[in-house]
Amino acid sequence: MSMIATPVEVHPRPKEGTMMRLQAALPKLVLAPSFAAILVFVYGFILFTIYLSFTRSRLLPVYELAGFDAYQRLWSQPNWWVAITNLGIFGGLYIGVCIALGLFLAILLDQKIRGEGVLRPIYLYPMALSFIVTGTAWKWFLNPGLGLEKTMHDWGYAWFKLDWLVNPDMAIYTVVIAGVWQASGFCMAMFLAGLRGIDGEILKAAQIDGASTIALYRRIVIPMLRPVFLSAFIVLAHMAIKSYDLVIALTGGGPGNATELPSTFMYSYTFTRNQMAVGAASAVIMLMTICAIIVPYLYSELREKNS
Amino acid sequence: MSAVAASSGPAGSSITTKVVIYGLLALFAVFYLLPLFVMVITSFKTLDEIREGNMLALPHNPTVEPWLAAWGSACVGLTCAGIKGYFWNSISMVVPAVAISTLLGALNGYVLTKWRFPGHKWVFGLMLFACFIPFQTVLIPMARILGLIGLADSIPGLVLVHVVYGLGFTTLFFRNYYEAFPNELIRAAQMDGASFFQIFRRILLPSSGPIIVVTVIFQFTNVWNDFLFGASFTSGANAPMTVALNNLVNTSTGVREYNVHMAAAMIAALPTLIVYVLAGRYFVRGLMAGAVKG
Repeated sequence: MSMIATPVEVHPRPKEGTMMRLQAALPKLVLAPSFAAILVFVYGFILFTIYLSFTRSRLLPVYELAGFDAYQRLWSQPNWWVAITNLGIFGGLYIGVCIALGLFLAILLDQKIRGEGVLRPIYLYPMALSFIVTGTAWKWFLNPGLGLEKTMHDWGYAWFKLDWLVNPDMAIYTVVIAGVWQASGFCMAMFLAGLRGIDGEILKAAQIDGASTIALYRRIVIPMLRPVFLSAFIVLAHMAIKSYDLVIALTGGGPGNATELPSTFMYSYTFTRNQMAVGAASAVIMLMTICAIIVPYLYSELREKNS
Repeated sequence: MSAVAASSGPAGSSITTKVVIYGLLALFAVFYLLPLFVMVITSFKTLDEIREGNMLALPHNPTVEPWLAAWGSACVGLTCAGIKGYFWNSISMVVPAVAISTLLGALNGYVLTKWRFPGHKWVFGLMLFACFIPFQTVLIPMARILGLIGLADSIPGLVLVHVVYGLGFTTLFFRNYYEAFPNELIRAAQMDGASFFQIFRRILLPSSGPIIVVTVIFQFTNVWNDFLFGASFTSGANAPMTVALNNLVNTSTGVREYNVHMAAAMIAALPTLIVYVLAGRYFVRGLMAGAVKG
């Protein structure tokens, strides 16, 4: 055994040590409540909902597992098929039209327009409104007896017919119109920011080479906006899947179940039809759909920032 | 949006092009403004004039009766006391929810950028993903927890919900903002013996003005406009404004008073519209920060 003492660490006085350790842990202590809240209220709750979706819960949760019973019942509901078909129609048109219209308006606004400062906020203000307000306004505007149809008749266009709100085959398109009205201005703002970020030198060079304006946009500008298309798609897809308020205010899911969406389906099965397990199963399907879109996007975004 | 003086678009040369462009832009301006215009003029009309007259015509005898009725005497469900109570519900929900979530977001952003620890990326990633979940997946457990802790059907319950589900966004905003803040300043302050909170208060907060405005406006708009949580966790007299508006419009007893509905919708829309008019720039920045830098 060596007699040479190993250098003894000088211990600070115990009180100081606790203080130092507390100091060092302070940042984590500050972050902890928020992180814990998210872990419980987001991830814990999601797990709970997933668990419920494998039970036979009706009015109240029951905790006995029942396999895929709720999922089988979910997929055998004609109402659920209506809901996902509607989400396909609504989501596809909503995303497509918002992006097309947003890009179009952004390109128009980017032509050295006088009064851009006035026009831009006009295109964007619906985004500040509640979906309930938007729904109420459009419900009135599209009301066949009193709204646009009556106005056109008053002006002598007796052939004009706009009964989409009460027509089960067309009602979903009123949701598209109101949704596009609300979100397309936001798309415009995203594309405009993208356009303003493009290096003017590249465009000048192409113009000198004799490219026409249309070719310039098709071949150079629009391809350069690819990241904006992706962001816009993610945001809109996410909004479409979550859309609930707008449908409730505009059509209430009707006429009949003509404008049922997964979000309204989940709510009514859980809270009014006492089919909690089926409601939970539909929520899980919604979550999986959103994950399929968001997770790859977030993953690539966070990775890019690292490198 | 940065103010770039030179537009990137190629200049349209001919006058016809210009005319077409301005024409299209004006047409779309009409499309966006029309529903608001109709809502405003309808809210100043009498019911008779609504039934007889043209939707787009200005009111002959403008009346503020619908606004007064919407505020003080319209029937929401079975109670006929207007929407004023619900308006105050929304105010007393929004103010604490926005204040708390913004403060926590600022502190979280500060820790996640200036006091990094192993695994900080995971923590942030998990908080970020929370922004995107469909709230339908948390409705059932949330309703039960609120019942368990005695906050069911109450404004404090809604404040809790909005703080928790707003944290992801507020943390994201502040994290991205503080990311660009020079670490040298923090280190210098640490050398001088400044504590964790002193650095936050004296160095970061004074230069956080813009991001605080962005976050407050974003949260204010989101919380004020929320319907799903309000409808799920409150009922009757404790409901926020958006829920009351929907109930008012769908109250089926008696004559449908469209003018009152429109006035109530305007009252529900005004707070966020005013914020938009006063600080639209920051509103857009918040939306973009929430979307593009997701």
